[in-house]
Amino acid sequence: MPHAALLLASTRPTWPDVLVFAAAATVILIGAVGVVVSRNPVHAALSLVMTLFGVAVLFIEQEADFLAAVQIIVYAGAIVVLFLFVIMFLGVDRAEDVNVEPLGGQRPLAVVCAVITLGGVLAMAATSHWVTGAHQVVGPIQGHVAGPNSPAGEPAQLGKQLFTTYLFAFEATAALLVIAVVGAVVLARRPPTAEAEQDESDESELPA
Amino acid sequence: MSLSGAWYLGLAAVVFTIGAIGLLVRRNVLIMFMCIELMLNAANLTFVTFARMLNDIGGQAVVFFVLVVAAAEVVVGLGIVVTNYRRRATTMADDMNALKG
Repeated sequence: MPHAALLLASTRPTWPDVLVFAAAATVILIGAVGVVVSRNPVHAALSLVMTLFGVAVLFIEQEADFLAAVQIIVYAGAIVVLFLFVIMFLGVDRAEDVNVEPLGGQRPLAVVCAVITLGGVLAMAATSHWVTGAHQVVGPIQGHVAGPNSPAGEPAQLGKQLFTTYLFAFEATAALLVIAVVGAVVLARRPPTAEAEQDESDESELPA
Repeated sequence: MSLSGAWYLGLAAVVFTIGAIGLLVRRNVLIMFMCIELMLNAANLTFVTFARMLNDIGGQAVVFFVLVVAAAEVVVGLGIVVTNYRRRATTMADDMNALKG
């Protein structure tokens, strides 16, 4: 990435920043590869946790403290635990043979497509500006929300914007979560069919 | 001063590519879901990077909404996986061929 090197030369980061980024990037990439190549779904889920922690470190490095905390709580604490719960619940935590390739030529094609995508993204970025547009359209990342005595910093700004500019989207996500929960309950509930009643009667006939 | 945004965007592109490869290659529906989470995280990283480069909190607000949508998606998706497992006792995408012609 020659363009990246050019940008790097102009900003002069300090060595702790380089160290943090290198460590987090290593953790992220090892975790991401681990998700893809793990035979055991439990190992894949733990690799995913590794990646999520690395991304949270990079969030902190980029002044997104609140999002880093939410990343750990929601992703690592809720989503991955949900994955692990389903893996254990279904009992599919056996090793899977990843060496068989049911569709001939699928993996080389997948790698070729992905490399073309990556090359396209990087080439596009190298030949144009990384980011264009006006600064601080919604609001600055840091700073006082209202007056000099009001709360300052990134969480205060984010909270203010969520409850003013993005209020409708915020309420819509609340509705979305409720719908998702109701949908999950409906999906996971056993339907009261004759078959289910038969199962229950079979279970009740078993000796205690 | 933290590193230039180019490094973060390049890393996010690589993570997104790894997730895409996994989604195309793996057969286990659960692991395909995890690869989708990888791709969502790569997109989140680019949003936070752009938010820092433009000094605009809007990018971080979008990440917040992506987190919520990802949680809802996982809940419904895993509900479908559990329901399907009850009927067919498998989580492999190749075995879900009931609509095969």
